Amino acid sequence: MVDIATRPPIDWSTPAARARRKSRYAANRRLQAYGIAAISLAIGLLGILIISLIATGYSAFVTTRITVDFPISTEYVNPEDPARGNYRAVVKAGIEELFPNVTGPDERALGQLLTNNTQFMVRDAVVADPSVIGGKLSLSVPASDPFDQLNKGLVDRNTPEDERRVTDQQIQWFDQLEAEGRVSTPFNWGLFFNSDSRFPELAGLAGAIVGSFYALLVCFLVAFPIGIAAAIYLEEFAPRNRWTDLIEVNINNLAAVPSIVFGLLGLAVFLNFIGLPRSAPLVGGLVLALMTLPTIIIVTRASLKAIPPSIREAGLGIGASKHQMVMHHVLPLALPGILTGTIIGLAQALGETAPLLLIGMNAFITSPPGGILDAATALPTQVFIWADSPERGFVALTSAGILVLLGFLIIMNSIAIFLRQRLERSW
Amino acid sequence: MNDASMSAEMTANLSKSLDFDQAAKPKVVAKDVNVFYGEKQALFDVSIDIVEKSVTAFIGPSGCGKSTFLRCINRMNDTIEGCVVKGGISLDGDDIYAPSLDVVELRARVGMVFQKPNPFPKSIYENVSYGPRIHGLARGKTELDEIVESSLKRAGLWEEVKDRLNEPGTGLSGGQQQRLCIARAIAVSPEVILMDEPCSALDPIATARIEELIDELRANFTIIIVTHSMQQAARVSQRTAFFHLGILVELGATEQIFTNPSDKRTQDYITGRFG
Repeated sequence: MVDIATRPPIDWSTPAARARRKSRYAANRRLQAYGIAAISLAIGLLGILIISLIATGYSAFVTTRITVDFPISTEYVNPEDPARGNYRAVVKAGIEELFPNVTGPDERALGQLLTNNTQFMVRDAVVADPSVIGGKLSLSVPASDPFDQLNKGLVDRNTPEDERRVTDQQIQWFDQLEAEGRVSTPFNWGLFFNSDSRFPELAGLAGAIVGSFYALLVCFLVAFPIGIAAAIYLEEFAPRNRWTDLIEVNINNLAAVPSIVFGLLGLAVFLNFIGLPRSAPLVGGLVLALMTLPTIIIVTRASLKAIPPSIREAGLGIGASKHQMVMHHVLPLALPGILTGTIIGLAQALGETAPLLLIGMNAFITSPPGGILDAATALPTQVFIWADSPERGFVALTSAGILVLLGFLIIMNSIAIFLRQRLERSW
Repeated sequence: MNDASMSAEMTANLSKSLDFDQAAKPKVVAKDVNVFYGEKQALFDVSIDIVEKSVTAFIGPSGCGKSTFLRCINRMNDTIEGCVVKGGISLDGDDIYAPSLDVVELRARVGMVFQKPNPFPKSIYENVSYGPRIHGLARGKTELDEIVESSLKRAGLWEEVKDRLNEPGTGLSGGQQQRLCIARAIAVSPEVILMDEPCSALDPIATARIEELIDELRANFTIIIVTHSMQQAARVSQRTAFFHLGILVELGATEQIFTNPSDKRTQDYITGRFG
């Protein structure tokens, strides 16, 4: 042992001491560099993801439309009953008027320029405004997928004719229409207001958005009250014993269970045992609620724990019962934290795909659900369906669907951040 | 009847052994109170009586059990996991640890002011009206307004806050917050007010105001105050109890405790030899 009092004064300027300091600073800088490198890598990868999504998805946000003047002759449409006219012939006549010189088998190839559903669109327009019968209806209809791609420059005109989906002749017709000013490229509102379709130019997310909304609504209505009740009991009332510990550990473990397991549970219990309808947002919501429940319980308990004991003492000290103390003082103060956690839990549920696949929310459904018992898809499963579809147009739609999903997630997380900053108080 | 005769008997016994004013009526009587936190015993056979409408101060070094004993009187120790109280404490002759006793009612009769001012993060009005509201002490808004006003007046806070009753109580200064907590406690008309070092988080001026207030409140309430400051005990209390290592060493008139303590430990403590 060296006696501290008799030790000679330390020389801090020896080369060895200097080297020690130098290596200490170097280690500091290295640690910082590792951190910056890690963050840059993460941001870079995220940037690449977003950029690639936008690069492939942006084209789905606009659509190609061709304006055609359809002659609505009384020969095909009965003014008494406009809904039952021969609109196939009307469309044919409209196209013939544009290209009077094209006849025979070429006419069929010409018809492929417009979307398959043109006749129904014309019918709906006529039913909505029967006064056009006998006159002309100028309607802008979506171009079919290959010409949509052509217009967006996604079809290379230099590839040999037999290797692309549009013939030289068709390209020539399309260019002619463009020269006449009949081709327009407006914003694709159909992406948000149409439901799924076999034709990419008509497919939209409306059904998926409504389906996701219903599923999240069910999820919230089930998971929020149950989660809060469970958390309040565990945090404020439960005796500290082995059973409580066991429940706690299991709730924490439940949060880490793979989501597909919840899907299997939903399939076995809600569909096969209880017999709820397949593909319904009700079942999707219940399965998502099971998944969100642990998150809500954990977040609520953390928020309750963060309320200072002095508030509880103040309540009890004035003669409030435990129930009054919790409901009047602790819970209102914990609510901002609970809401924030719940929204983040719901955002997680919004992006969840695997359990919904198992309960059939990836079916092909062409109209938005009218309620929680109708068959529906959800946003992530819709992306899944589109990613699986062969048509070229679905590639862009898949990316666009992901962007819309990310948009909703960003909105939900922003609300959570806003709530936290707005309602959080300090004492 | 039985209760009355019992408390009379206790009073007689205690006055004999402790030699204090025989006319004073005991409000709270504790008999052989032992408190355990799990394995650890915090209080040993504490027997004490608290005289009505007077201020009793508990003094003693840190960890001597004075706060523990204070919190036995309104059963705030119930909220502490593993805390066991043995022995009897009675309020006006009613055993407060009897199974039939409603702890909510007890805490309405025995109010408490804590070490750190802890107003609810709500408006000043709501802070004071909360107690009367949950106990149903006011019929209608006017009566509640009256209770709030008179409580704030008694706590000496009315003039400072009457124009901003709807502002949050947490926005007041520390001393004002503590007076708000006192107003909140007296709004339910308790019989006893427990104060757990009510001035330890306050500056000297705010402390002086609280001490004045305690002196005024003595006319209507039985007050028990735990304090670290012997000067404070000497200033505000009529009777003082000295605790040491979980034992009630000495109880007597404040003057006597500070000028002529009968126990050596008390003398050592008040002369600053330990603690």
